[in-house]
Amino acid sequence: MKEKVTDIDQLKQIASQVRRDILRMVYFASSGHPGGSLGCTDMMTALYFRVMNQSDNFEMNAKGQDAFFMSNGHISPVLYSVLARRGYFPLEELSTFRKINSRLQGHPTTHEGLPGIRVATGSLGQGFSVGVGMALAKKMDNDPGFVHVSTGDGELQEGQIWEAAMFAPFHKLDNLIVTVDWNGQQIDGPNDKILSLGDLEGKWRTFGWRVVVTDGNDMASIVHALEEARTHRGTEIPTVILMRTNMGQGVDFMMGTNAWHGKAPNMEQTEKGLAQLKETLGDYVYNENYQAPHLKH
Amino acid sequence: MNIHDIVSTGSKATRDGYGEGIYEAGKRNKEVIAMAADLLGSLKLEQFIEAFPDRFVQMGISEANMMGVAAGLATAGKIPFTGTFANFSTGRVYDQIRQSIAYSGKNVKICASHAGLTLGEDGATHQILEDIGMMRMLPGMTVICPVDANQTKQAVLALVDHVGPAYLRFGRPNWPVFTGADTPFVIGKADRLGSGTDVSIFATGLMVWNAVEAAKALEDQGVSVDVISVPTVKPLDEAMILDSLSKTRCAVVCEEHQINGGLCDAIAHVAVKNQPCPMEFVAVKDSFGESGKPMELLKKYGLDVDNIVRAAQNVIKRK
Repeated sequence: MKEKVTDIDQLKQIASQVRRDILRMVYFASSGHPGGSLGCTDMMTALYFRVMNQSDNFEMNAKGQDAFFMSNGHISPVLYSVLARRGYFPLEELSTFRKINSRLQGHPTTHEGLPGIRVATGSLGQGFSVGVGMALAKKMDNDPGFVHVSTGDGELQEGQIWEAAMFAPFHKLDNLIVTVDWNGQQIDGPNDKILSLGDLEGKWRTFGWRVVVTDGNDMASIVHALEEARTHRGTEIPTVILMRTNMGQGVDFMMGTNAWHGKAPNMEQTEKGLAQLKETLGDYVYNENYQAPHLKH
Repeated sequence: MNIHDIVSTGSKATRDGYGEGIYEAGKRNKEVIAMAADLLGSLKLEQFIEAFPDRFVQMGISEANMMGVAAGLATAGKIPFTGTFANFSTGRVYDQIRQSIAYSGKNVKICASHAGLTLGEDGATHQILEDIGMMRMLPGMTVICPVDANQTKQAVLALVDHVGPAYLRFGRPNWPVFTGADTPFVIGKADRLGSGTDVSIFATGLMVWNAVEAAKALEDQGVSVDVISVPTVKPLDEAMILDSLSKTRCAVVCEEHQINGGLCDAIAHVAVKNQPCPMEFVAVKDSFGESGKPMELLKKYGLDVDNIVRAAQNVIKRK
């Protein structure tokens, strides 16, 4: 199993580097989704470096360990950075994000064989169901592992989300923990102007979930929420963590707006952003000629 | 090989074959999971549920979630067989199949009953005629339309050992049974049911029996017919198709599906590329169905035995 990082300050350092990776990946690709990626960086860092039990070598079936499904697949930059920093594939491969012949597709996929990915996501609302399916399989097999799923808040407008939300408590999937990136923004504007989520806590509660609201951009809070959720195994109730986050967290001009949901910064903006984020572990070396191994094509 | 040797040994719905097949599959492999979206009776799952209650997943009326949960079960190493009507198995959940199953390469078996016009009285809302086309367009998807109840059972067993996403299409009505109860199903293999030289008749699913009946009538008129059953629409047995066309140099293709997108297109594609020849198509001519009895509908929409006979006579004249 991969060794865990328990120290909150150390996790914050990793998160700072992950945010740098996100900015640089999106800049070099001239496309991608920095806003949600930056907002979910603390949760993703906490999950992958402290909370989840992960085997040293990636195993698709996740037997005896935890699994993560990113239903909001457009925030792939944060997933790729965290996976690379966790040793799933070479750091330098982040250079290939969104480029031709890459395993780091615009949205995550199993199709090119990237270690760490268990299903393709991007068309919203689907990855949640897949996570529910794996949680169900783990129950059938008396497997000790947990399944973690992330969704966006705008994603909750998809009908399939609520099919899965109805199913999980009925099947007593207390090994399932969902985090919602509750930043209040989506591509076309604030949730409340596009299609209000209404009483979000109440919605999940009436569907039969244990609901936790936490600050998704405070490392200690999100670590606590994730780890506390895992103590409820045996209660037969799944947990949803509604994370209050800022889209664009960590880069001042990207925060509090939907403008950077799916837009890449130019060189000047990238430099301005990077100046606000401490380089703690060393930036990955950008290599535009990097050749990914084992491409299926 | 004489077409008159192909005889019906009884009448049974292909969905009954599915029920028997999934039960047998459950006995053979403990990873097999049967799923239903509130239609377990229609898919004849009672025997499986009684024998393996812990390996049955009732989804309720939530087909999109069923496809995702199936993908998750498969990720964990299970072999899920989803179950609902063909319409709700494909058109309703196409994007879920495309992203979570096909593109993700998941070992999910999408099992679809009540396909085509022969669903009957429920009408066009439920009579999907586009599913073969949609599913065969997906990269890596295997598409199987068994010809009778025995073959449906055998196809289920073959799918247990096949790794990868697959679509199994079967139907509602009682239908002649003419394949062997224990004849193993080989994915990707077409079967020559009668050997002839004047015209090829290719058919899939329930239409294979109509093709057999039409061939018998044609043989009685002195026409030599090569009858090829094509239960696997993808991957297509191109060698068998070209072997037949090289003898007959004309063909009729029959399917209970839109004339666009399905077996007609698949065989025409192979022929045009390798062995261009006159062809006629017995399929639904770009229209929706309606309520009625299965045989009434097949007649009205041009899919009965007489239509196949006439199509064969016409295509021979065009040689």
